[in-house]
Amino acid sequence: MSATDPQWFIFFAASIPSSPLRPLPAAAAAAAGGAARVDSPELSSVRTRRAEKMWYLCVFYHRLLDYRRPEVQSLAELFGGPGAGDAVEWRMPENHHVDSPFHLVRLPGDERLAAQIANRSLLVKGIYELWGQGTTYEELEEAVMAYPEERKLPYLTPDSTFKIVVDSFGKVISFQEQNDIMKSLTYIPFKGRVNLKKPDHKFFVMETDDYGCNNGLPPVAQRTVFFGREVGAADRHLLPTYQLKSRKYIGPTAMDAEMAFLMANQGLAWPGKLVYDPFVGTGSILVAAAHFGAMTMGADIDIRVVRDGRGPDCNIWSNFEQYKLPEPLCVLRADNNVPPWRPGLKEVFDAIICDPPYGVRAGGRKSGGRKLIKGTVAPYTVPDEKRDSHIPSTAPYSLAECVHDLLHLAARMLVMGGRLVFFFPVVREDGVANPAKYPEHPCFKLVASCEQILSMRYSRVLLTMVKVGPYTEEVKKAAEERHREFRENHHKWMEEGNLHSAVFSPADQAADGKPAIDRDSKPKYRGKYV
Amino acid sequence: MRLLTHNMLASNARGAVTGYPLKLQVVKWSTKEAEPNPEFLRGMLPKIDWPALVAATQSLGLPELLPEAAPTDAELSAEGAAADEGSALRRLHRALLEIHIEEGTLVCPDTDRCFPISRGVPNMLLHEDEVRN
Repeated sequence: MSATDPQWFIFFAASIPSSPLRPLPAAAAAAAGGAARVDSPELSSVRTRRAEKMWYLCVFYHRLLDYRRPEVQSLAELFGGPGAGDAVEWRMPENHHVDSPFHLVRLPGDERLAAQIANRSLLVKGIYELWGQGTTYEELEEAVMAYPEERKLPYLTPDSTFKIVVDSFGKVISFQEQNDIMKSLTYIPFKGRVNLKKPDHKFFVMETDDYGCNNGLPPVAQRTVFFGREVGAADRHLLPTYQLKSRKYIGPTAMDAEMAFLMANQGLAWPGKLVYDPFVGTGSILVAAAHFGAMTMGADIDIRVVRDGRGPDCNIWSNFEQYKLPEPLCVLRADNNVPPWRPGLKEVFDAIICDPPYGVRAGGRKSGGRKLIKGTVAPYTVPDEKRDSHIPSTAPYSLAECVHDLLHLAARMLVMGGRLVFFFPVVREDGVANPAKYPEHPCFKLVASCEQILSMRYSRVLLTMVKVGPYTEEVKKAAEERHREFRENHHKWMEEGNLHSAVFSPADQAADGKPAIDRDSKPKYRGKYV
Repeated sequence: MRLLTHNMLASNARGAVTGYPLKLQVVKWSTKEAEPNPEFLRGMLPKIDWPALVAATQSLGLPELLPEAAPTDAELSAEGAAADEGSALRRLHRALLEIHIEEGTLVCPDTDRCFPISRGVPNMLLHEDEVRN
């Protein structure tokens, strides 16, 4: 994308004249290749006039429903510059539930931005220029015929190649039916040659059925047929490459590859950026960030995990080697409660992305032995002759303190505009997560909260926060004050943050002896469970 | 452990005043080539404590590697800097990213507490009686 591109200026010159211009990655350029030929001056001026009104059809995979829009917005921010994420507008096609895979999106940029977003995303199946939609094929024909010729003809030229794909959601269309549908498109004057392997332009006919409320699928009141030209599509090939089952070194809480990539997208991982994970474990989050070109750093309190792994060929370093990624800048053993950064060091990381230990599958640990905490026995002193070989015991780390330390660390160590992305567990009350309980910090603005339901009892929510306020002396003082409070009332905090008992204690019995949670009452439609 | 990490770390044991810079006692170090990333280095430069970095290279026996004064942003962005072996950019790249301390010790300047570096991983964890209250 060059600064002289007229469209670029129209969208951004007014608000952010010095926004960093990002190069078009090779993959995006290749995928957007079909669009490249229409970038002649007269056509791009046509598009500029229309671009403002351009709503794309954004089709998602039917997974991680809560994560889909925030991912697109984060990628808009990444490729479109500061503020672009907030400028993304959404609406639903008529009669579509918000959990439907079909969304309409208006992006603060031209078609190349749409292609860049789609190509890097995990959850966008494709972004399409919508030529028409209808509840029947007759209505579709009418709509496509009414779509402006100057938008259609550049993609139908005799020297181009094309392909038509018939796709469906919630129903199966037989091969014969697909053929019939394609043949019915005679009202579109395709002049080019068909190329199924590497077409210049891909056209999609997508159909949803008029099922009401079907098992696992969002309720759609009316059958809808869409016809559109593909602008960009996700590359999910990287998921089989990075899947955990073929990774050499994993631990019990290694982050699933798809989720790790989503987290890296939320953290805007990019070449030249520095991403830090204070609970690095086997490095599964940093692997995803490194795949997108970011420099990485990680720390963990357990030296066996970060240094030893399972041997010389099975450790954090081998995970990066396996995918031919640059190894982390540093991996160190340190405690998030007592971070070892030098005085005065701040604003170093562009993103902190992590999955803090919250005590359901793995509990947090921090420095300080048990004897120090009980307080009834005199604090333990390591004898001088044993200092070198001493293995320090650690104390349990309450979730509240862990999150407080994380926010404080992020406030200090993130650059302005940097992102903190982390999972936060939420006990579900009456089947919903309560947003009022998400942690807050004066330096941060919450930009996305994406729930993933893990059980009847609890969810984890991926929080994405942007640093909007500077790390001042007051912020530092307040944090130190709170730090002392955690230390003095350790037991109270351990009790309060005890998610384990909330998740695993036996279900409450109602008066009639039936369990409070009735498993049969679980609705068939699973929404965020997907 | 790269010298970039050394530049960022401090001792936070009880009794340490600033705990910085940590004295570097090296038993074994090596050089691993890395892809130069000028953009990253330019962003990192203002965060680097230059005297501490120079002292670290000197303790490795590389007094010629870095000049007394930190390079300017203009020097790092100079044309051809990435290709020129002796340029300020390449020297900084080598110092920060290509030198790896495999085995050694980081010593707190205030308390003489030793933090071991083994197999490239510095162990900054405190003993239970060293945590500040």
